[in-house]
Amino acid sequence: MKYAYYPGCSLNATGIEYNISTKAVAKHLGLELWEIPEWNCCGASAAHNKDHLLALALPARNLAIAEKEDLDVAVPCAACYCRMKATQMEVRNSAEMKKTIEEVIEMEYSAKNEVKALLDVMVNHVGLDEIKEKVVKPLSGLKVASYYGCLLVRPPELGFDDPEDPQTMDNLVQTLGGTPVNWSFKVECCGAGHSTAKPAVGLQMIEAILRDAKENEADCIIVACPLCFLNLDMHQKDVTSGQDLNLPIFYFTELMGVAMGYSPKELGMEKHFVNPVPLLEKKEILRHPSARREEA
Amino acid sequence: MEEYNLNEALGNAKSFRQKIEEKSGVKLSDCYQCGKCAAGCPVAFAMDYTPRQIIRLLQVGLFEEALQAKSVWLCAACETCYARCPHGVGIPKIMEAVRIEADKKGIKPEKTLDLFTNLFLQSVEKYGRVHEMGMMVRYNILSLKPFQDATSAPKLFFTGKISPLPHKIKDNGAVKKIFENVRAKGGNV
Repeated sequence: MKYAYYPGCSLNATGIEYNISTKAVAKHLGLELWEIPEWNCCGASAAHNKDHLLALALPARNLAIAEKEDLDVAVPCAACYCRMKATQMEVRNSAEMKKTIEEVIEMEYSAKNEVKALLDVMVNHVGLDEIKEKVVKPLSGLKVASYYGCLLVRPPELGFDDPEDPQTMDNLVQTLGGTPVNWSFKVECCGAGHSTAKPAVGLQMIEAILRDAKENEADCIIVACPLCFLNLDMHQKDVTSGQDLNLPIFYFTELMGVAMGYSPKELGMEKHFVNPVPLLEKKEILRHPSARREEA
Repeated sequence: MEEYNLNEALGNAKSFRQKIEEKSGVKLSDCYQCGKCAAGCPVAFAMDYTPRQIIRLLQVGLFEEALQAKSVWLCAACETCYARCPHGVGIPKIMEAVRIEADKKGIKPEKTLDLFTNLFLQSVEKYGRVHEMGMMVRYNILSLKPFQDATSAPKLFFTGKISPLPHKIKDNGAVKKIFENVRAKGGNV
């Protein structure tokens, strides 16, 4: 199975462990990711505030490069995914917009290939059966709150799961041996860039999400977006009750990696602000199940 | 409470309303003001007008008030309102269209959000990708908040999450060309 891979800017920077863990897990599952050469920023979180055409054209150049290779595109970042799907849909729906975008990017692009969220690729195309076969260190006893945020499941036309009560990540957690937590904030918005440009607003949104996870007795939260991660992990110390929360945040690919036997370091987890290793040690997940059985 | 002459406002606002409908692709009269958008909006607590009220301002032609509203800048484009709207009104598209119109007129009630967007796009035009560290340093200086997030900086730096050097792509100027071509088509960049 081969996909064009669009990491996006954050996966080279603040979301670097998402990139590291994605590559490790994909290789382990025999999923070939062909990184789009010299990809550019898709403009997510900024371009749409300025100009509609710019917001469509920036993703289009990347999609046009992938289309030349006749590959569907796998996108780890929820914001990039949403912008790329928006471009694909506009090109498919309007011959006039297709022509305008092609003039702007000076390339042909007919949107014949698909844009897929990496989570969708892993769970629905590689498949939970394949993933289950590779689990050597099940996440036993780990209560995981799956946080989808906004742009993975909304607007509803773009998504691959229910916009109000999505289950893709919850099913993945179960497959990895963990316990999905039932909570109310799985599709609430983390405020994206507001934590920087409007901290008084952004931090309040972040705190509400963290507190709801905690109140529902989650040990940790998993996400599929580098901006959600940054907000919940790095800014956890900045919210009012942040010091007491101590709620580790994982990319779903990191927990897949852990369950498949990779060490936290191989997955880039030492880069987290909230250190997740003590939790994994407390739940005895990092040790091989056979070792656990012997001691028992 | 201020008084408005709605007959006059409605008459004057026809062209503006048409413009917002054309840019957003949303018919404003589709909204029957149920308020479900406002109930679910995660940023409503910080807004001056709720999403429902923004649409009402546009429906009755109080477009100056809509253009001055902080709400259209505070909208995080999370799409919750649209997902829950019983009549499928594309509220985020309206917010986007009003914000762009306000921006074109130089009305920027939320200066830091405007600065963030501008610095982000400048970085993309210059390097082809966002250079997070460069953008944040410029943001902190220009927003006069030099120490915002400073406690996170050492960890980000030493784990290789931010780098002082931008990653420039070898695209032979393709991204710069995209910005130029959008400008040539009358784009607001």
